[in-house]
Amino acid sequence: MELRIDKVRKEFDRFPALHETSLDIRSGELIALLGPSGSGKTTLLRLIAGLEQPTDGAIFFGDEDASHRSVQDRNVGFVFQHYALFRHMTVLDNIAFGLNVRPAAIRPPKREIERRVLELLDLVQLPGLEKRYPNQLSGGQRQRVALARALAIEPRVLLLDEPFGALDAQVRKGLRKWLREIHDQTGHTTVFVTHDQEEALELADRVVVMSQGRIEQVGTADDIYDRPTSPFVFSFIGESNALPIRIETGQAWLADRPLGIDVSGEADGPATLYFRPQDIEILTDPPGGGLAGPVAAQRRVAGTRHLELEIGGDRTRVEIEVPADYPIGETGRVAFKPKRWRLYRNDGASGN
Amino acid sequence: MATDITPAAADRRRGWSDPVAERPIARAILIGIALSFLALVLVIPLVAVFTEALRNGLGAALAALREPDALAAIKLTLLVAAIAVPLNLVFGVAAAWAIAKFEFKGKAFLITLIDLPFSVSPVIAGLIYILLFGAGSVLGPYLQSYGVQILFAVPGIVLATIFVTFPFVARELIPLMQDQGTGEEEAAISLGANGWQTFWRVTLPNIKWGLLYGVLLCNARAMGEFGAVSVISGRLRGQTNTMPLHVEILYNEYNFSAAFAVASLLALLALVTLVLKALLELRYSRDSVGH
Repeated sequence: MELRIDKVRKEFDRFPALHETSLDIRSGELIALLGPSGSGKTTLLRLIAGLEQPTDGAIFFGDEDASHRSVQDRNVGFVFQHYALFRHMTVLDNIAFGLNVRPAAIRPPKREIERRVLELLDLVQLPGLEKRYPNQLSGGQRQRVALARALAIEPRVLLLDEPFGALDAQVRKGLRKWLREIHDQTGHTTVFVTHDQEEALELADRVVVMSQGRIEQVGTADDIYDRPTSPFVFSFIGESNALPIRIETGQAWLADRPLGIDVSGEADGPATLYFRPQDIEILTDPPGGGLAGPVAAQRRVAGTRHLELEIGGDRTRVEIEVPADYPIGETGRVAFKPKRWRLYRNDGASGN
Repeated sequence: MATDITPAAADRRRGWSDPVAERPIARAILIGIALSFLALVLVIPLVAVFTEALRNGLGAALAALREPDALAAIKLTLLVAAIAVPLNLVFGVAAAWAIAKFEFKGKAFLITLIDLPFSVSPVIAGLIYILLFGAGSVLGPYLQSYGVQILFAVPGIVLATIFVTFPFVARELIPLMQDQGTGEEEAAISLGANGWQTFWRVTLPNIKWGLLYGVLLCNARAMGEFGAVSVISGRLRGQTNTMPLHVEILYNEYNFSAAFAVASLLALLALVTLVLKALLELRYSRDSVGH
């Protein structure tokens, strides 16, 4: 099922939760809505489900305008952040719920419902737990039951709100892989909300980065990571440094020091230079160019070492990554220049 | 033997005592005050009611209950409760639902309003209806012309009883439903359930123990209400007398053993309510473990 979000806007009590937003989701795609809290990602997900009504705009399921259809009629599988399992029902009754509430004419016979539930329990790798109650399950198991319950109604779209938010790190990783497998097996168009970039980049075909009720960028993990289109995306994804610089006479300057990076074609004026700690080149013999400063702090990060340097007259701190055994000289100064970087103008234009 | 020493005893031996636990003497005094107060105010009067009722023997007490006016009072009380309690059940669920699951203007006001009967004297509740439906009012004569008698009749008694008892169910359910939130209802509708199915299959089972508890308290109060009903009923013996009113009439006629016989029936009802309530609380807490 293709999804098309067409100029949708949502306000709560005049407060804009989602500015005008358009997004196309391809059939069978696994999409992540990624952003900090308050970025509108959950609002967008609930709009797709029909749990919220858009203030403006339309949502298409395939060619059909679903905007005015009720939640019940949209036939979406929704997995809630805290699972919202029916606490007074067994796992079996939870998963069977969507089938049991169907009108008699399209309700499968009891035997068939039970068979399907057991099949789904196998799919989510919880065979034999059908008689348990939700409070007898672990967090990860509840998550799986919630997914099985959503899948039971054979939804046109699968929507997950922070599916792994309430689980500990170990369980998250396992379930992440497992969700990808289920998606590949069932082929549902799937949208999930997360604030965990690692989760989004690892799991999704495409990531929608959101901030303050707007979509900042839509793209694959490579697009988002290597070609961020806005300072927000650059700094939100992965680690980054931001340095206010000046373009003049075809050179990039930090105060009176040339950075030694190629900015040909860039117009003169102030700009902000973004680069990642690992995308740098250490300069052993500073030839007047590059950035240099004393090491203010260092920390060991797995196989590498992160150095915090104080750069320039106003001692702006930047972080760079060096080999774990990198010798810091007697002066305590390190010089480097960014290998890969992006420039963002204060008016939002970008270049590298 | 070392195994006989409880951790608390071991702590005491080391001269360490639980910082929030009282010293034994303080504990004894506190318990003593509470127990003697209970005995004085609750247990002794309750025992007195039953002994008074049985002073002339069980036969006399039963005969007093079988007397036509007493029977009429019992029937009326049951009838009033049978009307008022279900209505308050519906109202309580509706109000609690609205307050717990929706945001709307005037919500705080509605919550305060629901508490009104708790803070208003029942006598005033009765007077309100006299003002509304009495001979000098607009509504009273109008309804009278259609042959509808509110005051000094069953409808008035029911109205007064509903007024006095309506906070019970709502008050019980509001915190429960607020605590449970709307998650399960949203899950139900996303799975295709309509509003009715969502209510019967998801909302109601989740609140059933709290609801029963509220209904039980509501019922006890409905049967025991005196003030509001005494103002509005006109106390027509054998017609508009409920059990509490009947007790008072008998008492005023120095018919003590009959008065206490009816009174002990009411007291018995209260005791049964308490036992049921205790049982419900047990169920309630067991059900909510792990949620």
